[in-house]
Amino acid sequence: MFLALGRLCTRGSRAKFLKTIYASKILGLSTSAKMSSKLKNAKRIEGLDKNVWIEFTKLAADPSVVNLGQGLPDISPPNYVKEELSKVAAIDSLNQYTRGFGHPSLVKALSCLYEKFYQNRINPDKEILVTVGAYGSLFNAIQGLIDEGDEVIVIVPFYDCYEPMVRMAGATPVFIPLRAKPVDGKKWSSSDWTLDPEELASKFNSKTKAIILNTPHNPLGKVFTNSELQVIADLCIKYDALCISDEVYEWLVYTGNKHLKIATFPGMWERTVTIGSAGKTFSVTGWKLGWSIGPKHLIKHLQTVQQNTIYTCATPLQEALAQAFWIDIKRMDDPECYFNSLPKELEVKRDRMVRLLESVGLTPIVPDGGYFIIADVSLLVLKGTYTSMINQMCI
Amino acid sequence: MFRNTAAIYLHLVGPLWGKKSGASLTRCLHQTLAMAKRLPARRLDGIDHNPWVEFGKLASEADVVNLGQGFPDFPPPDFAVEAFQHAVSRDFMLNQYTKAFGYPPLTKILASFFGKFLGQVIDPLKNVLVTVGAYGALFTAFQALVDVGDEVIIIEPFFDCYEPMTLMAGGRPVFVSLKPCPTQDGELDSSSNWQLDPTELASKFTSRTKALILNTPNNPLGKVFSRAELELVASLCQQHDVVCITDEVYQWLVYDGYQHISIASLPGMWERTLTVGSAGKTFSVTGWKVGWVLGPDSLLKHLRTVHQNSVYHCPTQGQAAVAQCFEQEQMLFGQPSSYFAQLPQAIQHNRDHMIRSLQSVGLRPVIPQGSYFLITDISDFKSKMPDLPGAADEPYDRRFVKWMIKNKGLVAIPVSVFYSVPHRKLFDHYIRFCFMKDESTLQAMDQKLQMWKDELRP
Repeated sequence: MFLALGRLCTRGSRAKFLKTIYASKILGLSTSAKMSSKLKNAKRIEGLDKNVWIEFTKLAADPSVVNLGQGLPDISPPNYVKEELSKVAAIDSLNQYTRGFGHPSLVKALSCLYEKFYQNRINPDKEILVTVGAYGSLFNAIQGLIDEGDEVIVIVPFYDCYEPMVRMAGATPVFIPLRAKPVDGKKWSSSDWTLDPEELASKFNSKTKAIILNTPHNPLGKVFTNSELQVIADLCIKYDALCISDEVYEWLVYTGNKHLKIATFPGMWERTVTIGSAGKTFSVTGWKLGWSIGPKHLIKHLQTVQQNTIYTCATPLQEALAQAFWIDIKRMDDPECYFNSLPKELEVKRDRMVRLLESVGLTPIVPDGGYFIIADVSLLVLKGTYTSMINQMCI
Repeated sequence: MFRNTAAIYLHLVGPLWGKKSGASLTRCLHQTLAMAKRLPARRLDGIDHNPWVEFGKLASEADVVNLGQGFPDFPPPDFAVEAFQHAVSRDFMLNQYTKAFGYPPLTKILASFFGKFLGQVIDPLKNVLVTVGAYGALFTAFQALVDVGDEVIIIEPFFDCYEPMTLMAGGRPVFVSLKPCPTQDGELDSSSNWQLDPTELASKFTSRTKALILNTPNNPLGKVFSRAELELVASLCQQHDVVCITDEVYQWLVYDGYQHISIASLPGMWERTLTVGSAGKTFSVTGWKVGWVLGPDSLLKHLRTVHQNSVYHCPTQGQAAVAQCFEQEQMLFGQPSSYFAQLPQAIQHNRDHMIRSLQSVGLRPVIPQGSYFLITDISDFKSKMPDLPGAADEPYDRRFVKWMIKNKGLVAIPVSVFYSVPHRKLFDHYIRFCFMKDESTLQAMDQKLQMWKDELRP
């Protein structure tokens, strides 16, 4: 109900005019009657509100439990990493915006480090993007490259965010399980879990835009072998599909295993986005810095997402991370280098936890890499232990 | 994927290297050409260009005074620096993940601090979301609420990301311009003089309108919306059941006794408003990238869904530092020693200095009521030197800024960047300067302007 007046430039008449509109609104429909109609979510997030971490973090907050749930270290990051952050806190200019696609000294350090693995130059400006954790890289890659109607192959079990991120992009996740059976007399290992190549090939078709690979794998700890990666690479090339390779645990690989980058396989650099994490590399999950590395014709789309979502990541953390990288890049063959010392430290813990789990009747799957061990509780069910535990919990 | 012959070659030959491949070269070639997939997702159509990249490059040239991009070139206040140092040197667990929706001491202080301003009881868990800068808050809001085909009303001139964020969500931006009323001869224009036509604004609302994005104080104009103007927007939002996303990052930078009013505090607005704020602009620490959204749980729960599926957590230590900064300011609020009192006083001097200096070369600044910025009318230059180098349809202000950077060593941003494409030619005679700069920068500006002035003398 508006009075059709022309534009008024004097404050007095404007105030009167505005009061008329406001008053007529009050005389009209009440707000609450209409409130429920439009104030609702966009379709892209329909069904994506549940999150397992919210539920389990609440349970873990009980001080009487030992939290071995969420994947974050409760040990201190290395001293030199903390020191670098302390130093940068005193530098004024680092409190302001830096380059959107990645702080210059950080992308330079990442380029220098990863060139050793890729055997080709990596352009720090065009082939690297710094993101809000590896989580942010996954988001940028999926939003930048996956369209509505696309299919994305997800290997089961999977880090839980892959499915909702694919769905939020309007695409369909196509699942393929890793399968294994324990072998009598042999310790069950994550390497026993494999993909059936024929089954995997059957999941690819002309709609397949990408496959998400995670190696070392969360939660199994599997480190994909050369021949396993070759099977995936062959299919990506045959079906002209992308590979989004989540390699956050790339340094956490235990004796007898080697982390391989699928992007280094023939024909794969140009179709792979490889994701890394400062949080998992330097035990600083709260810094929330990650990166995507790939050819510029892919990375540029992740950069477009970046400039329309968060624009830039925090400056002081990026500078501190760059300095920490330089320290370890200079001593890559040294046992003191964190990339070497951390997996050694964690392997001891892994072995200890395997023994502890076995001692209470659980069957651990010994991981070849990563932060996690899966334990099979079936035997507890068979022995009735599980049932009595449930009965006790319900009392 | 096949942007170069090397990629095509590898695609063809790659399968032949694999042991299991038996496909002939001809078949591979056929498959390649038939299956070449479109690379970027469609949601990126039309949003890949970014003006800041272009002007950022020009600003990094030698011997220029950068008054372009909006960030302070002076240190943050001591208490902010100390807060960050404290955050990185105490509990080592601050190096690890915190709560996804916000570090608890930060959401707690934001809730109590802003509860007073908005006249609301704010629950830290339900009504506050911490994001990666205000930029991240805006993105999260658009993704949570704007559907394909929804209309979003954007008031021009606008902070440039609103349009691509609307487009990325599949929405349709609907523009309505603030327009200056004529000024008296010899009088400088003011941002308060730029107003919306109520009839025109009302005509922009349709049954498809999902949201309106408001920015007060406004970037680039510096306008601080008055209570009456906010009531106009509020009544239309209520009448049409529209969400109001209000970008209030410059809320403390208000001059000349004007007052910032949050539209969420108006009757009937809390339940349909998302209020976006920024630690970067509040404490002069743009590089910390800590922002937040305040709003009703019925809306915020959808932003939380987007957040948990995009970044999930924000960095912990920056949040801890911001919490400490707010705790300090809460104690000092209203006192002369409060940063929220001292900062606008200091920056008002910068503003006034810049206004006087720019006038000396025939530029006509529009006095901003708030924010980091002022825009300057360059019409006189447009009539005296209409043919500056540039592309055929390049708006005049972009050509002028490039000429000014190259010949006068001053960086500004063309205001047409903040207008929708169809309206750029109408508003191509303004450029934006940032006065959130150190005294030494303003003096360097004065030197450049003096040289310019000397060249203008016959």
